[in-house]
Amino acid sequence: MFGLFETGFQFFYWGNLLMLLIGGGLIYLGVAKKMEPLLLVPIGFGIMLVNLPMGGLMDYELPLTNDTGVPANVISIDVDRTSRLSEGDAIITLDSGEVEAPVYGRLKKVMVAPGEKVAPGKVMAVMITSAQTPLPTEPVGLLSRIFQYGIMWQIIPPLIFLCLGALTDFGPMLANPKTLLLGGAAQFGVYFAFFAALGSGFFNIQEAASVGIIGGAEGPTTIYVTSILAPHLIGATAVACYSYMALVPIIQPPIIRLLTTKKERAIYMKPQVREVSIHEKIIFPVIASVVIILFVPMAAPLVGMFMVGNLFAISGVTERLWKTATTVLIDTLTILLTLAIGGTMAAENFLSPKTLIVLALGVVAFATATAAGVLMAKLLNVFSKDKINPMIGAAGVSAVPMAARVVQAMGQKENPRNFLLMHAMGPNVAGAIGAAIAGGIFMGMLS
Amino acid sequence: MAQETVEIPISGKIVGVNIKVGDAVKEGEVLCILESMKMENPIVAPLDGSITRVGVTIEQMVKPGDIVAVIEF
Repeated sequence: MFGLFETGFQFFYWGNLLMLLIGGGLIYLGVAKKMEPLLLVPIGFGIMLVNLPMGGLMDYELPLTNDTGVPANVISIDVDRTSRLSEGDAIITLDSGEVEAPVYGRLKKVMVAPGEKVAPGKVMAVMITSAQTPLPTEPVGLLSRIFQYGIMWQIIPPLIFLCLGALTDFGPMLANPKTLLLGGAAQFGVYFAFFAALGSGFFNIQEAASVGIIGGAEGPTTIYVTSILAPHLIGATAVACYSYMALVPIIQPPIIRLLTTKKERAIYMKPQVREVSIHEKIIFPVIASVVIILFVPMAAPLVGMFMVGNLFAISGVTERLWKTATTVLIDTLTILLTLAIGGTMAAENFLSPKTLIVLALGVVAFATATAAGVLMAKLLNVFSKDKINPMIGAAGVSAVPMAARVVQAMGQKENPRNFLLMHAMGPNVAGAIGAAIAGGIFMGMLS
Repeated sequence: MAQETVEIPISGKIVGVNIKVGDAVKEGEVLCILESMKMENPIVAPLDGSITRVGVTIEQMVKPGDIVAVIEF
């Protein structure tokens, strides 16, 4: 029970060291570069915690049973508690064959001995793993429990959506409903990345949808969709989504410049959009919920929560609920979500070619979403007398409010009279709803 | 000399004022910082000129159409 046996060193390998560096890198970006610190600091720390072996924060117990269907004799026990197990390693040899580790991990206990006869269905050993698998695992760590009951049970992401709804102002979108089209067009990035992932041959259709939804640039939507369709990819898709949201000021400007002329970028838009009445603002979330959920029922948890949160903000009679949603509730949920997401990034889980491809396709998703939004804005200008600045299409990518800020800053630089923030917030908010709908369509078709 | 009036584009709070009457400004120079929608937004000079009037003070709540400054050019 004491001594070197109980330290983490015997299970520590180069992968853990690399992940400690990645976790440290995310903390550095959050602290020193102020990149999404509320997300990257806890995710980074979660990564570090789960890559310190034997810490147990992300542990799941997995019973290994005699599933041969007939009584079997134990010939030998092939590993002990000090062994690091990879998928496929032999653990117990029975007279009918070997019992292999179905996933990476280590052995917790062996309940049989050589020479013993084992009845069908009897538990022979218990493994510990930090993998998210469809196998009948039981979470036994702090973060694995939060992950299982908060994320896999689809509680935390929709509740975060409630809080985001409470922080959202639909005013700019309602003032200029054309911007809904820009938010919709940007979802092209989701489908482009989906087909690219599928075409790469590395992903099955559920995994490809989880990769595609990164292009929606909405953390909770990405996590929600991945938790249903491909939970083993959740660390990679979440990190890709949150990292690229932070990198929007670097990813978007070159694409916008490539697709627009200097003259187009300087198009002036009057800052004052139509005044939206409080009645419109109250009716919108109610009607939008009914319509969207009837068309895309699987989007109900995300869209429904988003809209009720928004109603808290504007009803004028639920100020206490709005205050809670926009302060302590969103902070509490963010802590739970980000630590658990960091916890999914054990070296054995994360360090795979698939992760690199997910990260690469995530950039493709963001870039094509940006391009589609800009091109849709240019298309609208062909048919419209009042020209819009095509850059606001880029804000349809969601990533609220970073993409809108990028457009505002670029617009002001090209034409100091321009103030595009309100115009960009319309497609920005529409993009958030569009991403939830795109996720709902995927889940409706594939889950 | 001609004058140009710079107005507040969206509601918010002034969190910084970088100019005073008599200052010469260049196009793109930040006149004040407007906090709105949880973001700090610079309001910039649309052209070169000199400030003849400053209409905002720090911590002031402002709405669209309020005057930031008048620039003579």
